[in-house]
Amino acid sequence: MPGSVAPASASAASPSPDPAALYRTVRLIRRFEERAVELVRAGEVFGGIHPYTGQEAIAAGTCGALRADDLITSTHRGHGHVLAKGADPARMMAEIAGRATGLNRGRGGSMHAADFGVGILGANAIVGAAAPIATGAAWAARCAGSDRVVVTYFGDGAVSQGVVLETFNMAALWRAPVIFVCENNGFATTTRTQDAVAGSITGRAEAFGIPAERVWGMDPEAVYAATARAVARARSGEGPTLLECETYRYDAHHTWEHAARPRYRTPEEVELGRSVDPLDIQGARIDAGVRARIDAEVDVLLDEAVRFALESPRPDPATALDFLYADGTTARAGAL
Amino acid sequence: MTILSYLKALNRAVADEMERDPAVCVFGEDVRVAVTNVTAGLVKRFGEERVLDMPISEQAFTGIATGAAMAGRRPLIEYQIPALLFIAFEQIVNQAHKFSLMTGGQISVPVTYLIPSSGSRDGWAGQHSDHPYSLFAHVGVKTAVPATPADAYGLLVTAIRDDDPVVVFAPAGAMGRRADVDLAQLAPIPLGVGRIHRPGTDVTVVAIGHLVHDALEVAEELSGTIDVEVFDPRSVYPFDWQGLAASLERTGRLVVIDDSNRSCGIGGEILATAAEQMRLVAPPKRITRPDGAVLPFAEGLDRALQPTREQLRHAIHGVMKAGATG
Repeated sequence: MPGSVAPASASAASPSPDPAALYRTVRLIRRFEERAVELVRAGEVFGGIHPYTGQEAIAAGTCGALRADDLITSTHRGHGHVLAKGADPARMMAEIAGRATGLNRGRGGSMHAADFGVGILGANAIVGAAAPIATGAAWAARCAGSDRVVVTYFGDGAVSQGVVLETFNMAALWRAPVIFVCENNGFATTTRTQDAVAGSITGRAEAFGIPAERVWGMDPEAVYAATARAVARARSGEGPTLLECETYRYDAHHTWEHAARPRYRTPEEVELGRSVDPLDIQGARIDAGVRARIDAEVDVLLDEAVRFALESPRPDPATALDFLYADGTTARAGAL
Repeated sequence: MTILSYLKALNRAVADEMERDPAVCVFGEDVRVAVTNVTAGLVKRFGEERVLDMPISEQAFTGIATGAAMAGRRPLIEYQIPALLFIAFEQIVNQAHKFSLMTGGQISVPVTYLIPSSGSRDGWAGQHSDHPYSLFAHVGVKTAVPATPADAYGLLVTAIRDDDPVVVFAPAGAMGRRADVDLAQLAPIPLGVGRIHRPGTDVTVVAIGHLVHDALEVAEELSGTIDVEVFDPRSVYPFDWQGLAASLERTGRLVVIDDSNRSCGIGGEILATAAEQMRLVAPPKRITRPDGAVLPFAEGLDRALQPTREQLRHAIHGVMKAGATG
């Protein structure tokens, strides 16, 4: 048997957001990313990462409105989604650090983190490529009699990928229970959205008869509310929704930018963008004492995650092609 | 015994597997009316929920099959022409194939990609006449190229049951084949196990897909002067290297006839592996399409680029002569 997705028994998501839980998720993602960047700078991460800082409200708000047995697909900038959906931060950190204890046993790294046990069908490094995969999972779930929904994340760059538009068409035709979440952070790597996207992002979905909503993606509760509406539509058989979440990426496209320093936005623009912070927005909605307690808990959790990752063994090079085939078919060596 | 056509064998394999396993479903363009006849009768037996007509969106429906497979289905996709694989290549090679390793073994993607009438099919010109099985072998996607009706049945059944992605190429040149078979004897055929269609002691001809039949005719013509063994690997990835080595132990001479382009085609890989690891008493030869071939339209031009029996005869004589002098 191939692997399978998360178990079907899960409690319903809360009908209204839990402000403290949303804050905790935002805080967890923010601190996770800061710690991960530290590990990149310390040379503990092979390669680099695409930091999600600034965009946390989207992952927290969308996943907060899902049930545990709902599914997601993620992107190259996927740490936030994976954490918000419930993956273990320690195993996620270990995956980024390329350790055998990582979510993917060190085979996926930052851009491919997957945890089928909690409904994460993998982060995907090809822009837009996960949209049909999510839609296929949604179709199959409905055929199986389940009312699961699937959220597929992509950036503003993906709306110019043909496969995404093909998928809009099929998802609408089939009324697939899928929610397309476009994280519009204003840039496809360094190319501004207005230089790459003709028309509007919501208009692209609406052309296929898919209801689309623009959401302020810096506010976890606004994202939660929009997602809850889309989830209700999907569960009741009304089909897909597109949410265009407007957000701002605080950090680089990828940590290589810290060294290469391509100039595509001014320091003033970055400063202005960073002045709106989902941590502050959500933090203001909870008691200061609760906020301080959550902050401290998250720090302890991430200290432990970093310790776990760095103390974990690296995978045995002799096992580099393990898992290539489900049936154990072995690949020939490259040299005799 | 019953006369079974190659086409009917494919149809029977899909129907039998749909009957056996409710997770099996069929995706493709015009599959409900069965434009290619491979899916004939399936809607009537299994319903529109399991036989799905797709819009002209090969990338999307190939990816949808991946997602459906992750959620427990076993889709078979039919592509009407082999060139559509180039559109879907990203979703097969970069997604379906890579998920098992990238996720550390958490998931596999049991999708079958079937291409009936791959290769030259008389006058379909540049964009409908490729036979790209070597591309899939190169990237490590399991790839079968059956030559006979019984093998078409057995390899397609195996592909559908396999937990990994598998591409099944049904060569246009083999689609018209018929064979007298005992239907009760039809059975799954494992990938990576070749078949010796004709034993011989002088030279091993490795022939792929429809070229097996050309090789058998040439072997028959030469019988009495040269004793040719015809070896059909049946799947080009995985490849039956043990079977080939055993054949070369007997013959020591190798000719490959392969309807791939020459550079980086499976024919080159077979020669290289034989040269590195197997017993050869003469330099091996291969017959392929030319490098970078694009099949032209006019009949004589189309034929001019395909491997021929004349080339095969010539190569067999060549390795016999080289073996005799060397």
